[in-house]
Amino acid sequence: MTKVSMTINGKQVSGDVEGRTLLASFLREDQRLTGTHIGCDTSQCGACVVHVDGKAVKSCTMFAIEADGAQVATIEGQAAEDGTLNAIQAAFQEHHGLQCGFCTPGMVMSAAALLKENPKPSASEVREYLEGNICRCTGYHNIVKSIMAASGQDVSAIAAE
Amino acid sequence: MPKDGGIGAPTRRREDVRFLTGTGQYSDDMNVYGQTVAVFARSTVANGVIKSIDTSAAAAMPGVLAVFTGEDFVDVGGNPAGWLINSRDGEPMKEPKRPVLAHGKVRHVGDAYAAVIAETTEQAKDAVEAIEVDIEELPAVVNMKDALSSTNYVHDEIGTNQCFDWGWIEDNRAATDAAIKGAHHVTTLELVNNRLVPNAMEPRCSMAQYNRANDEYTLHTTSQNPHLTRLLISAFVLGIPENKLTVIAPDVGGGFGSKIYHYGEEALVLAAAKKIGRPVKWTSDRTEAFLTDAHGRDHVTTIELALDAEGKFLAFRTETMANVGAYLSNFSTATPTFLHGTLMAGNYTVPNVYVNVKAVFTNTAPVDAYRGAGRPEATFSLERVIDKAAREIGMDPIELRRKNFIKPDQYPFASAAGLEYDSGNYDALMDQMEKVADVAGFEARRKASEKNGKLRGFGVNAYIEACGIAPSNLVGVLGSRVGLYDAATVRVNATGNLSVMVGAHSHGQGHETAFPQVVAEMLGIDPQSIDIVHGDTSKIPFGMGTYGSRSLAVCGSAVVRATEKIINKAKKIAAHMLEASDGDIELTDGVFSVAGTDKSVTFGEVALKAYIPHEFPLEDIEPGLEETAFYDPANFTYPSGAYCCEVEVDPDTGKVSVERMTAVDDFGNVINPMIVTGQVHGGLGQGIGQALLENTTYDENGQLLSASYMDYVMPRADDLPFYTVDHSQGNACTHNPLGVKGCGEAGAIGSPPTVVNAVIDALQSGGKNVTHIDMPMTPHRVWSAMQNA
Amino acid sequence: MYAFDIERPATVAEAAAALGNEDAQALGGGQTLIPTLKQRLASPEKLVSLTGVAEMQGITSNGGTLTIGGAVTHADVAGDGSYKALSELASNIGDPAVRNRGTIGGSLANNDPSACYPAAALASGATIVTNTREIAADDYFVGLFETALDEGEIITAVKFPIPQKANYQKFLQPASRFALVGVFVAVTADGVRVAVTGASNEGVHRWTAAEDALSANFSADALDGLSVSADDLIADLHGSAEYRAHLVAVMTKRAVAAAS
Repeated sequence: MTKVSMTINGKQVSGDVEGRTLLASFLREDQRLTGTHIGCDTSQCGACVVHVDGKAVKSCTMFAIEADGAQVATIEGQAAEDGTLNAIQAAFQEHHGLQCGFCTPGMVMSAAALLKENPKPSASEVREYLEGNICRCTGYHNIVKSIMAASGQDVSAIAAE
Repeated sequence: MPKDGGIGAPTRRREDVRFLTGTGQYSDDMNVYGQTVAVFARSTVANGVIKSIDTSAAAAMPGVLAVFTGEDFVDVGGNPAGWLINSRDGEPMKEPKRPVLAHGKVRHVGDAYAAVIAETTEQAKDAVEAIEVDIEELPAVVNMKDALSSTNYVHDEIGTNQCFDWGWIEDNRAATDAAIKGAHHVTTLELVNNRLVPNAMEPRCSMAQYNRANDEYTLHTTSQNPHLTRLLISAFVLGIPENKLTVIAPDVGGGFGSKIYHYGEEALVLAAAKKIGRPVKWTSDRTEAFLTDAHGRDHVTTIELALDAEGKFLAFRTETMANVGAYLSNFSTATPTFLHGTLMAGNYTVPNVYVNVKAVFTNTAPVDAYRGAGRPEATFSLERVIDKAAREIGMDPIELRRKNFIKPDQYPFASAAGLEYDSGNYDALMDQMEKVADVAGFEARRKASEKNGKLRGFGVNAYIEACGIAPSNLVGVLGSRVGLYDAATVRVNATGNLSVMVGAHSHGQGHETAFPQVVAEMLGIDPQSIDIVHGDTSKIPFGMGTYGSRSLAVCGSAVVRATEKIINKAKKIAAHMLEASDGDIELTDGVFSVAGTDKSVTFGEVALKAYIPHEFPLEDIEPGLEETAFYDPANFTYPSGAYCCEVEVDPDTGKVSVERMTAVDDFGNVINPMIVTGQVHGGLGQGIGQALLENTTYDENGQLLSASYMDYVMPRADDLPFYTVDHSQGNACTHNPLGVKGCGEAGAIGSPPTVVNAVIDALQSGGKNVTHIDMPMTPHRVWSAMQNA
Repeated sequence: MYAFDIERPATVAEAAAALGNEDAQALGGGQTLIPTLKQRLASPEKLVSLTGVAEMQGITSNGGTLTIGGAVTHADVAGDGSYKALSELASNIGDPAVRNRGTIGGSLANNDPSACYPAAALASGATIVTNTREIAADDYFVGLFETALDEGEIITAVKFPIPQKANYQKFLQPASRFALVGVFVAVTADGVRVAVTGASNEGVHRWTAAEDALSANFSADALDGLSVSADDLIADLHGSAEYRAHLVAVMTKRAVAAAS
């Protein structure tokens, strides 16, 4: 076992992990931050996306030890302390960008990374950026719309409900 | 009026908040004290005899608590088929036992023959590797046609690979044959409805707890219908009394059919939890999901359409082989028969329909209902052969369909495939589609695509489905072994808020938001004061769960009936409080008043009175305000629609992109248009995925080549367009209280033939004489078709 | 996964020492290795993480040569831009989260027959710099998942001579998002080089007939009539050998047309 320490959503945490302990497992099992989901074994689905030192990564394809000393952000840290949803979360609710909710944490974290790099992405830039996030429920229409709306763009022209 | 929207309001979903903040509770998110882990040993061959299993070394491994094999379950029941199909000769279908763990033989890659319970996942995996098993591999039965003539049987004890040979409607056969023989023109098409893997993003997960103090079990599991799962486990598999078993399906990350069924893993963790006296959890990984979740579709069909000289349809005749895989899953036999054959008249006045379906066992994963379930197969066959016929006789495909549509004044309409359609207006749907899709502008867009070196095609389709599954009396006659009603309990709490317990299960559909809209509308109260309780057999009445676009049409109707009972009783209480007669009490905006007076009490005051029944007329009214209703519909509901799309084909590579996709649906009345639109979007994504991308492939040895996201092509955001969705043309369902029809499957039913029709149109416009390409229309397949044209 | 320890050395020397043990394996970004470990297809006793080695970080441009540290991520190469075709290639590997972890050294050491970087390295005539030597790309790619690297040898950097013109065209394998066929075309002082990935059972390779034609006349038309043989090309559920052969020609033409 190796002791690791990291800052998760602004809070300093530490724990003992094996070499093979994935960051996703550390978050879910040790820290009980179960909003980060695991939907595949091959680093494709993106349900596990978190930010490590400000960059989106697949926490199922990174060892916890590699995050030692890092700043980690997960879905649990996105809303304000009083529960107010952030702009991306609020846009997902407003534009029905989620159904079963399983891929949603990864979608929100990927969207946050995208908007940091590209504050006003076009629809095709959003679609391209979501290459590593699979959703089976929404057909992506409302996810793309939500992210564009979260960026402050007018999405009223994108098919109404 | 409800404060933030009753029926018809696009109310934002309350469940979103927990999903957006990472506080949803999916099965694998729960850990309990003393929890252990189950890992399964799964066959790596498609067909083999288990000569021996030695688990002694595995049992001695660190952390291992128990090892199970098929031998441990020979004395318990099998996982049953829920629908009896009789063959044309009257013989009942073949029903080989589906055991908890394979015993004697393994029948598909992934078939579990042993399970290890250990302290940790990795210890359990280590022990699985230490199981010494000798499996003699046999040739695999993979191809359906070969299977039917082979003496290599998936199940030796039944002596055939044919599960049944079903005819629908057998009495129509001769007339159909005659109509085809005498027809002016007959169009024939052979096609494949490709096998799909449902791929709910949440893999299956089951966690069992056993309480020795009172001999009670609790199973948390990824289910679309916890009561059905409990019934199957209790009545057929393990014999645990229903009153000793609680099944809880908490937040469930999508189902699409695959989580309707009871699976052996659920039985295994229950048995193991009792044996070791500790909780046992199993969580599927994605590869296991590919190998063991029930797959969908997998039909091979020949369809013939007979037309007269004017283009009127005279007959559809279909011969289908339907793959059921290695074992019968719970609704494997209903899907290719009564959910398929009965829809083979489509939206048309065609007088003759005959369908023959042979269900075939193969050494592949079981196949069962997947979003649409039988109805996409029917629509695909019909709408592809109609499109081909339109080309052959030189008629516009929209005109040909319109010529044969059932007209609005013909309802109720008895279809030639045995259903009674209650309402619809297919011409109006087509009109609306032509308008919102700007069909008139297509030729200009085609020219623009050509300038960019792309072939552009237009495809159209009309569909009807039978949803709201369905009347118990009818399905009972047709062979169903379950009833198909649903149930709701409305509990008005003393402080005036409501808990509504429903038999339907929400795993993405938004019931927690939509059902309160209905109750709020009826009672005239704030929907935020109403909570939906679902997914826990200890809390909810016996309902049949969510599938077949049935939640609102069936369970929602039960909610209406229970709420009506609440209103009736509340009026009596109000009458007592106001010293009036019940007949004079009116309910408006949550206030009970005496007609023609200013005397009134609020809904909240009535609720409180019901639970503090001082000076109550107990001889007339019981205390409390809680009512249950079971609702069994009179008929299926019949959503219908007109879809079109435009595709571009890259002639150099064969790559197809969907540029525009339009869905115009008749869902009857709509409770929450935002949710309905989202449901259509999801179905369109899956339908386009089926048409272009999703490529379940077994090799000749029964190895699944597409067993991960490295090879199975899941639709991604950049594979799909924005959609145009319209449900303005609703015709209310005539037989349920909400007038709703169901919207969950429409997109997946309507879109595949639309896309294929458009690709064929694109290729023909480029001078390529291609009349059909099987799905998925991968770049390779499209390119190959162009090479051979 | 089987159990293993992870070491996180700070220098190449420490990393090399840690990899001296024969059951040790280098860990780059882990985007291929970790899924492999999850399937229990590898059982190293020790993983030596290279992401903390400062000497293997950084991108420098010097006299027409771009030197990229072995532990530089795809995202960083994508963002660099001084070798446009290479940055574009990097920006299309996997997905954004994969690009934030996956490294150029890891990709080249793995030499997946459908990976993108091998095509860039081979077409550019890159030099693979290791802790012990420099290897020309022409000598580096040996076959399917096989390279000239010795056991424990570490790619510390890759040197790319920046071509006069270059372009990479990738036809996606739509599930994995690797290349079903990818073609990198580079116009160098010594002529045109064309490298093909995704197509061959032998891994990345040069298409010399196209190179000759393009060296004489760098235009898509110069490729008319040229085709590659389907023999020895990969055939799988995504495409036959013949289809891949066809795509090689199409992608090469497109790369030539787009080269800048």
